[in-house]
This record gives sequence, structure tokens and C-alpha cells, in this order.
Amino acid sequence: MALNCRHVWEHISEYIDNTLDPQIRAEVERHLAHCEICSAIIDSTRNIIVLIADERVFELPLDFSKRLHARLDEVLKHEDPEPLGIGL
Amino acid sequence: MTSPATVDPGVPAPEQELIASILSGERDNFHLLIRPYEQQLYRTALALVKNEAEAEDVVQEAVLKAYRKLASFRGDSKFSTWLVSITLNEARGRLRKQNRAPTDSLDSQQQDSRDFTPAALTDWREIPQTALERAEIRALIEDAVAELPEAYREIVTLRDVEEFGVKETAELLGISVSLVKVRLHRARMMLQKKLVPHLKLAAKKDWKAGIFGRLSWL
Repeated sequence: MALNCRHVWEHISEYIDNTLDPQIRAEVERHLAHCEICSAIIDSTRNIIVLIADERVFELPLDFSKRLHARLDEVLKHEDPEPLGIGL
Repeated sequence: MTSPATVDPGVPAPEQELIASILSGERDNFHLLIRPYEQQLYRTALALVKNEAEAEDVVQEAVLKAYRKLASFRGDSKFSTWLVSITLNEARGRLRKQNRAPTDSLDSQQQDSRDFTPAALTDWREIPQTALERAEIRALIEDAVAELPEAYREIVTLRDVEEFGVKETAELLGISVSLVKVRLHRARMMLQKKLVPHLKLAAKKDWKAGIFGRLSWL
């Protein structure tokens, strides 16, 4: 059965992650070969996934690390890690 | 996250040694142990509390907890997964205390993917990663993630921002693999729909700036 655009949209995420059942994947690919709209949607979705994983997005606030390690130092100076047996 | 001096999480041996050294009294090594994970923990916390200062606070508390409970880390998961799960718990606990959890029920946002129409712009497919040097582009992406319903934001953060596998994401959130896949799909489609028109405009501006930049030499 040939897939229409809406069917293809349901599979975009798994298509990108390469976790689709091989048969469905083949059908999606047959559709993409002639559908410019769906292939543009997949390309742009993939692009967005690449962009949001970039380290420059959600950067640490200024001096985040300095403050974290200063706070940690206060504890490291006085405390050992707890012995096993105390629940998390 | 990838400064050359950090411990490579793909190589378990040095990390295990660091942990053993801390437990046998070299406490200061804990600084080295967590340094590679700071941004990851911050992103995790931010996905839940949505406020930079509070996310920072969550990470500090989670890291202190990780230090105190270090002896209970058994190495059956990756150290990063263990740290992230402590951070998730810390953030959730805080939301509960403030009666902010759950902030948004998925039932009210029920959007069946079959009713979903992506942004179908065939004249635009991608902008290069170098565009992220522009604060405006970074803000577009950060805002689009922040505006997702909470359950989708968590999934996208763990899976696509931090790049955990589907199975690890499911374990961290205590939900099934199939639910991770469904939510991830919806979240990605929401981001596509929201971001593509904006990114297309931003890319166009870049192109124009390039042309005018060249013209100004004439």
C-alpha cells in the first residue's frame, strides 16, 4: 500500500532515529523519492535535532561552574561521602 | 562539555579510579569527577524548572547529594545517568514542594500526531550549525523547547539535547520505551512546526546581510 503524506508524518521521528520496521522504512523511502514536501519536512526536523544538541544552546550561566565548585568546596572540606547503607 | 582535560565518559576506567580515590579519602577529586557533566546537569534541571537561577540551585543540590551518596553508585549504569537521575529527582522534589508539579497535564494538550500538520516549506531545509553563533538563533531554539509541555520538554532534553538512548530515557523517566517514542515524535514535530518558519526567516536575513555586506564594498 502506498503511503500518503500524513502517514509518512507519523513515522518521521522513528525514520530519523532509524528504528522503523524495515518494511515501513522502505515504504517511507518510496514516498520520499517523489515527495518534495515530506523530504523537506524530514530534512528540517533532522536539522533542528542537530541544532538543539549543540553545546552553544542552553549554555551555562556566567560563573556557574565557579559557584558550583565553591559550594562543593565547603562540603568537601568537612565531610566524607556517607558510608553505604544510607538510602538515596 | 568537551574540554580536553575532562574525563571521557566513554572510557570507564579513569572514572572508576576517581570514584575509588574519593571514597578512600581524596575528596578533592570529586571536582574532577563532575566537571564533564556540568552542562548536562544544568540542561536537565532547566528542562524541569524552566528558570536559570533555580536550575543552577537544583544542580548544586544534586551534586552535593551525589557526593554524599557516592558510595551507593554501583556502576551498573553510567555515572552520567546516575547524576542525571539525581538531578531529575531534585528538580521534581522542588516542583512538588512548590505545588508546581505537574505544571501541565498532557491530557489538556492532547495532540494526536495524526492531526498534526508540520511546517511544509519546500524552499527551506536547514541552516548550518555556524548560525548558532548568533544569540538570536540560540534564543529561538531555547524558547521553542521551553514552550513545550513539560513531558515533551523532558523527553526532548534527555533524548535530543543530552543524547541519551531511547531505553535510557525511558529508565530515567520511569516510562515505557513506546511512550518515549510517541512523546519524542510529538515533541519533535512541535519543534519543527514552531521553529522552521522562524529559522527560515533568520536564514534569509543572513543571506541578505551577505549580499549587502558585499555591496558595501562597491
